[in-house]
Amino acid sequence: MSAYGNWQPVIGLEIHAQLSTQSKLFSGASTAYGAEPNTHTGLVDIALPGTLPVPNRAALDKAIRFGLAIDARIASHSVFARKNYFYPDLPKGYQISQYELPVVAEGKLAVRLDDGRTIEVAIERAHLEEDAGKSLHEEFHGATGIDLNRAGTPLLEIVSKPVLYSAAEAVAYMRTVHTLVRWLGVCDGNMQEGSFRCDANVSVRPVSSEKLGTRTEIKNVNSFRFVEKAIEYEIERQIRALENGERIVQETRLYDPARHQTRPMRGKEDANDYRYFPDPDLPPLAVTADDIAAVKATMPELPEARRKRYVDALGLPEIDAAQLCADRATADYFEAVLATLPGEAKLAAETLNTQGALHPDAKLAANWTLGEVSAALNEAALSIEQSRVSAPALAQLLARLREGVISGKIAKDVFAAMWGGEGDADAVIEKRGLKQISDSGALAAAINAVLAEYPTQLADFRGGNEKLLQFFVGQVMKRTRGQANPQQLNALLREKLK
Amino acid sequence: MQLAQALRERKTSATELTRQALAAAKNRVDLNALITLDETGALAAAERADTALTKNPASALAGIPFAHKDIFCTNGLRTTCASRMLDNFVPPYNATVVDKLAAAQAVAIGKANMDEFAMGSSNENSFYGPVKNPWDTARVPGGSSGGSAALVAAGIVPFATGTDTGGSIRQPAAFCGITGLKPTYGRVSRFGMIAFASSLDTASVLARSAEDCAQVLAAMAGHDGRDATSADRAVDDYLAALAKPLQGLRIGVAREYFGAGIDAGVAAAVQAALKQYEKLGATLVDVSLPNAALAIPAYYVIAPAEASSNLARYDGVRYGYAAKEPKSLEDLYTRTRAEGFGAEVKRRILVGTYALSAGYYDAYYLRAQRVRRLIANDFAEAFKTVDLIAGPTTPTVAFKLGEKNSDPLAMYAEDVNTVAVNLAGLPAISLPAGFSEKLPVGLQLIAPAFEEARLLNAAHQFQLASDWHAHKPEGVA
Repeated sequence: MSAYGNWQPVIGLEIHAQLSTQSKLFSGASTAYGAEPNTHTGLVDIALPGTLPVPNRAALDKAIRFGLAIDARIASHSVFARKNYFYPDLPKGYQISQYELPVVAEGKLAVRLDDGRTIEVAIERAHLEEDAGKSLHEEFHGATGIDLNRAGTPLLEIVSKPVLYSAAEAVAYMRTVHTLVRWLGVCDGNMQEGSFRCDANVSVRPVSSEKLGTRTEIKNVNSFRFVEKAIEYEIERQIRALENGERIVQETRLYDPARHQTRPMRGKEDANDYRYFPDPDLPPLAVTADDIAAVKATMPELPEARRKRYVDALGLPEIDAAQLCADRATADYFEAVLATLPGEAKLAAETLNTQGALHPDAKLAANWTLGEVSAALNEAALSIEQSRVSAPALAQLLARLREGVISGKIAKDVFAAMWGGEGDADAVIEKRGLKQISDSGALAAAINAVLAEYPTQLADFRGGNEKLLQFFVGQVMKRTRGQANPQQLNALLREKLK
Repeated sequence: MQLAQALRERKTSATELTRQALAAAKNRVDLNALITLDETGALAAAERADTALTKNPASALAGIPFAHKDIFCTNGLRTTCASRMLDNFVPPYNATVVDKLAAAQAVAIGKANMDEFAMGSSNENSFYGPVKNPWDTARVPGGSSGGSAALVAAGIVPFATGTDTGGSIRQPAAFCGITGLKPTYGRVSRFGMIAFASSLDTASVLARSAEDCAQVLAAMAGHDGRDATSADRAVDDYLAALAKPLQGLRIGVAREYFGAGIDAGVAAAVQAALKQYEKLGATLVDVSLPNAALAIPAYYVIAPAEASSNLARYDGVRYGYAAKEPKSLEDLYTRTRAEGFGAEVKRRILVGTYALSAGYYDAYYLRAQRVRRLIANDFAEAFKTVDLIAGPTTPTVAFKLGEKNSDPLAMYAEDVNTVAVNLAGLPAISLPAGFSEKLPVGLQLIAPAFEEARLLNAAHQFQLASDWHAHKPEGVA
């Protein structure tokens, strides 16, 4: 039984990832975002007569990189084809894409769902193509402005098989691809600038049926939330239609986020015969075993492998591992913290964490990376590469925590001070005099003073009100300005209270 | 080149030669061979060439006047492709061929007339009117490089650039009694040469002799990083190869080229020329190209298919002709293209669009590509036993203006012996081989890929032993 009664939705995604190359797919013009209109356009980009496309090998390398990461077949010869249609933001009157022979075919990607399940999503193909320009309908008094800066920008179109069976699965897959392309450095993943966008093919069929229903295509949705909502809406619309005895029309639909609905798109894309044929200006793109080996040599450890290592070798909980690996920079930060922490030997046995971690510091480093660091970054709207507390600096702070120089509570204050630019952990501890009091003589004196100050409570406690233990701990902490070593304080206090 | 000799010996100057060429061009406006005459640019280039000539060693082409087919983009100089669509188009860049000849200090006097977008075999498809054949101004010069051929045949310039997609250099060379070379696909850069059919387009030269062609091709050929289909291999020394004797050369005579439709006079002239080759030590070998008859149908699917896509950029949005006061985007597109393109161009766009359409692609485009491979295989098979393949360049001599205008299929049949060479990407040359009805006859020699040196050598040796190439139309000095 499906969540949709007797219906099963079937979804396939076409993700367009803009490849982060310096120059365009077939010209030397810059791909930088946000320039004045029509300033990043060369002769080729505006399709002047007699100009010819020359492939950018850097884009090809990035496509190969993605192909290797999804365990796909890399074509030794892939073919550029022309997709012919007229539109003012398409200067040549055709888009150069790959049709019959894409550079990457038959890959797969493990996708972890929120409910803890993992699905393997089959990826049919990933092909290189050039982006179109932009039509600007505002500010031109009834006319349309054309900005060709984006025309010719390299895209990798990643096409999944129709193997996603809910909006949640589709979005989890999209997120996994998003993480992967950024992880690999092939795409900056910036969805506001349109560097990562998605078309969704949605159909529904009776649960008992093998045959796919008629699909509709939802175009150009550029946020995870909208993809989920658009697919959800479309599934329900199709089920409603089918249950009312209507037929689904194969069509392209647009998602309107303001109204939370999809509606049919009229005009340029409909009923077009694209007349694909191999581009005679471009010989087949050759990829040798050496080319593949060269890309392979620069492949990073993949997110899924690293996540598994964090669980298996570092003993991190699944949830921590998954969160750290949602983004390569975060995972790298975490590992840099771990790498600069002092070794196990220096650590006092009693301070080893009690979470069952195989690596004594992993859980601590993970907690701080995902906790304090992440919160501070969010608040300051910074990426982890811009963190005001570097990984080695955090490692020093955590070392002091481990060594018992400061308590966990004080460590948070020290972190805040470090974030505020007051220097490294040792400097802050020194300057603010935050060193933990582990000297039993000093602690005993503080305890004695507190017990002397509160005779009534002392009597109560001795009379059996054990809850008052926390009261005394609090008072000693207050007297020591939080610098008392908590474990030591507890032990000493219990002794004195006997 | 005789002129080069005179220049080096200071018997004349680049400026003097250029003035003569400009005057000759103005004297023969009746031929309608030029779309744009660039007096200012030519005289400035001549002056630079004269300076260069004072230094040794100057390029062999330094100071030699010539014309570019108006399909090559020239920075700052209008480039029309003989179309209303580009009547106002001034490129901000040079074609690689233009850069290379400028670097060799050759002096371009202007842009030669042609069939619109290089589509035609008679030069009657020009927005600027037809070109006349200097041998008989009631006849066509051939096409599409008709202006280039007429300028050379009329003695206005010693050479002109041309392009050959389906015979567009060789057929006008044959009709005008001059020598025209089509190089191997990829030997000369296509950058800046306005595209007709990308997988067939080649650029090269029409001149008085094979030796002159060798000189110019040497300056034009070579790899170009701006053309992904450009061949990345060394250019042979064409001039050094010219002197080689033809003893032992095996020339295949393709029997299909002498079949039905060939004029008796043309066949006789070509047979006589082949006899001359035997005298020069070559052996004639009967060969067959069994799929020769399929070349025209395959060509007239592939070339229009590519053209239909290549010409999509002329939409009135960014440059070139744009319909006035369009009511909508659709109106802008349809009227711009209806008004901007001529009849033959529109015919080919329609044919090509049809051939690529869903449901017809396999039957037309894919089948034509399979035929293309068969044709290439025929040549490969023949070249196992011969060094060159010979035949008439065209089945007839130059026909009358208007004679085939109303019958596209008869016009396309003119290309029967030339288009197969483009489909196979091979080099070929047309050289004057005699006369029929007082009009020049062309002999076509075809070589394996990148054997331009062998072609030029065979043509040059023939021209040393004969004087057909030295004949000039009446009244031409």
